[in-house]
Amino acid sequence: MTQDVFPQVLPLYLALSAALFSIGVIGVLIRRNAIVIFMSVELMLNSANLSFVAFARYFQQLDGQIIVFFVMTVAAAEVAVGLALIVAIFKSKKSINVDDISLMKG
Amino acid sequence: MFGIVGAIALVTAIGMLTSRSAIHSALFLVLTMCSIAVFFLILGGPFIAVVQVSVYAGAIMVLFLFVIMLLGAEHTPGEQNLPWQPAVAIILASVLLGTTGYTLWRTAPSWSASGAAPTAMLGSVEAVGRLLFSIYLFPFEVTSVLLLVAMVGAIVMTRDTK
Repeated sequence: MTQDVFPQVLPLYLALSAALFSIGVIGVLIRRNAIVIFMSVELMLNSANLSFVAFARYFQQLDGQIIVFFVMTVAAAEVAVGLALIVAIFKSKKSINVDDISLMKG
Repeated sequence: MFGIVGAIALVTAIGMLTSRSAIHSALFLVLTMCSIAVFFLILGGPFIAVVQVSVYAGAIMVLFLFVIMLLGAEHTPGEQNLPWQPAVAIILASVLLGTTGYTLWRTAPSWSASGAAPTAMLGSVEAVGRLLFSIYLFPFEVTSVLLLVAMVGAIVMTRDTK
């Protein structure tokens, strides 16, 4: 019976997840293209999923993977509605630059 | 193995962040999704890895590419209304990464103690299905309603109002 080495590797997965999440945060903050901002949000959701699955492996509980399944469902719904919003905004504004969408600015 | 796939994931994520064209960003993101799917396979979740590839790298990214081409909005003008914003964003994100890394560094020794004993196939389709249709049956049904609402909402928002 070999010793399970996964507990030593778990912090690497969490560090990778944190790095991907930070890249997603930078993307949301510095990009002006609404579609790329949406992609960054997807990247953040994915990094959280990676943490979920890593902990599911660590605790040998399947619940983490089920949560990932639900996160994917919510992400699919979010993308459908979000891209519909972008298309609607593009129809009226002819632009998807988030700086142009300042209708509520005082 | 972890190093190679992790490097691919990080490099493609940064590529998504820095590429000028939205199409290139989307294609880089497909690669990131696929490398995360490989991680899911390594971590004992074949079902979730297949769902990742088919739903994320397949359906969602095709939707993204479809909208990019529909709008013809590959390039946005590069000017920034707030010139100091990228620097502040990178500083704030570094603070976020630093705090998470510090927390990880402080708590990592406690995880290095041995976890639960590994089982042969953790996330097989059968095991996931059993759990999904017993304990998680109600959330599963709720997500179907959620998807229906999202579908109706997307159609309502994009139709032409006469």
